[in-house]
Amino acid sequence: MAKFQISRRKFLTASSLGLSGIALSGCDAFDSGLGIGGGLRSFLENANGLTYRAQRLLAGRDALAPEFTEADIRQPQRPNGVTAPDDDTYKGLLANNFADWRLEVTGLVEKPLSLSREQLQNMPSRTQITRHDCVEGWSCIAKWTGTPLSLVLDQAVVKPQARYVMFHCLDTIEQSLSGDIKYYGTIDLIDARHPQTILAYGLNGKPLPVENGAPLRVRVERQLGYKMPKYLYKIELVDSFANVGGGRGGYWEDNGYDWYGGI
Amino acid sequence: MEAIASNEPVVETNKPVPKNGPLIYRQSGWTRLTHWLWAFSLFFMLLSGLQIFNARPQLYIGKQSGFEFHNTILEIGAENTANGPRGFTEIFGHRFDTTGVLGWSGPPGQETQRAFPSWLTIPSYYDLGTARVVHFFFAWVLTTTLLIWLIAGLINGHIRRDLAPRVDDLRKLPRDIVDHAKLKFHHTREYNTLQKMAYGGVLFVLLPLMIITGLAMSPSMNSVLPWLNEILGGRQTARTIHFTVMLMLVGFFIIHILMILAAGPINELRSIITGWYRTDPPAKHDQPTERSA
Repeated sequence: MAKFQISRRKFLTASSLGLSGIALSGCDAFDSGLGIGGGLRSFLENANGLTYRAQRLLAGRDALAPEFTEADIRQPQRPNGVTAPDDDTYKGLLANNFADWRLEVTGLVEKPLSLSREQLQNMPSRTQITRHDCVEGWSCIAKWTGTPLSLVLDQAVVKPQARYVMFHCLDTIEQSLSGDIKYYGTIDLIDARHPQTILAYGLNGKPLPVENGAPLRVRVERQLGYKMPKYLYKIELVDSFANVGGGRGGYWEDNGYDWYGGI
Repeated sequence: MEAIASNEPVVETNKPVPKNGPLIYRQSGWTRLTHWLWAFSLFFMLLSGLQIFNARPQLYIGKQSGFEFHNTILEIGAENTANGPRGFTEIFGHRFDTTGVLGWSGPPGQETQRAFPSWLTIPSYYDLGTARVVHFFFAWVLTTTLLIWLIAGLINGHIRRDLAPRVDDLRKLPRDIVDHAKLKFHHTREYNTLQKMAYGGVLFVLLPLMIITGLAMSPSMNSVLPWLNEILGGRQTARTIHFTVMLMLVGFFIIHILMILAAGPINELRSIITGWYRTDPPAKHDQPTERSA
């Protein structure tokens, strides 16, 4: 017993000295272990998986994000990220008021689709007043109208091996040496089939403006803004992140954000 | 005055009291372990939290952030002036020049616009994604530690015996405040009234409030507990409370360290590392008049 106490005491003394040593050695050493793929970062990222599982367990498939009233709409929806795509394809589609735009649904589906704006808008719609939470910390309440993604998925008939919905966008988010990177992202099928997950074409009672993602953007109301791509043109059902950008499930994910944006 | 380490009983009132009382086992393993886990995780949560704040260095009141209306109560930013860029901090409409620390800081000649300076953030460079990884990892450590401490403290009696306030504590409060103001400390097994208030306040009010307001900012948790933000006054108010409680915890930390330095850092550190604490000699305890009579 006494022996155990001494060793525990020594252990605690040594470990607390060690911890303060880490703290005192300055943050530079800590910074270097935190890069994407770094050992320390990979270890810390385990907590994201824990958060994802815990929140999925608590929220289940269908718990709804809070919805607000017309009185809560006090300002235009604040745009963020790309607000005026400079891509020729996009500008061409915009010049024709998106008459030539199609939404492709491809990948692991039985019946690939190519939907016009009219076809999407003729499907049953959902309108919801929700709060958009940006990862940066701000919030903005707006009214969104769109087609439930689950209806589109049902029409395309998702194959059993599909696990994620990947969104392909028309806007260039980054110009790199290896070419332009257009925005991309993924959500799992639980969020894809959530009743509030819609492909939005309307904002505050009007057609979706360019700065907010015209002609079509995603709303995933239980996650942060970076999980809701704008300027959508293709939905691809995939079984892994292997062929999604850098392999972490999205543009911002490849730049260090968590794939799960529920917190 | 020479130190007298005497074990002899005090017989004469005029004889100097022995300097040291007995060593007692004051802090259990649970208390020490959880103390250091909190200290460690709060350090990382603070610095990663300040980095997260830097992504949107404004605080608002209400459900949303006012871009077309005014509900900002705090802003840290930078502006161009005749004297070059200056950092400012604006609280409830009152603007202060905080160049060099808040809003505009960095090595001479390489200053940049950032709310909290590089030396106060993890990572030191701007990286919101990494700060979130660090913040949420230690959020799990902190919350788990608090739960373990609560269960252990209820079972082993630590909370009831050492932290729960008694009627007696209220009576001792004025005297305790005077003693602290004079930096006169009594080294006993029990916590004094102000200690109970400070530790109890942190463990039962501030840390739970931090966890609750943190969860209230999670869009997914809002679907589980939709009433939480309504109680707190909206998501942006929750964020403002989160920030304010951070300031209170920093305030607690500063006072905690000052008190330890004033009360005898070696003895205090020993007790929170090994559990053993050197108490005052019996004669110096609460009622000196009765004993010396």
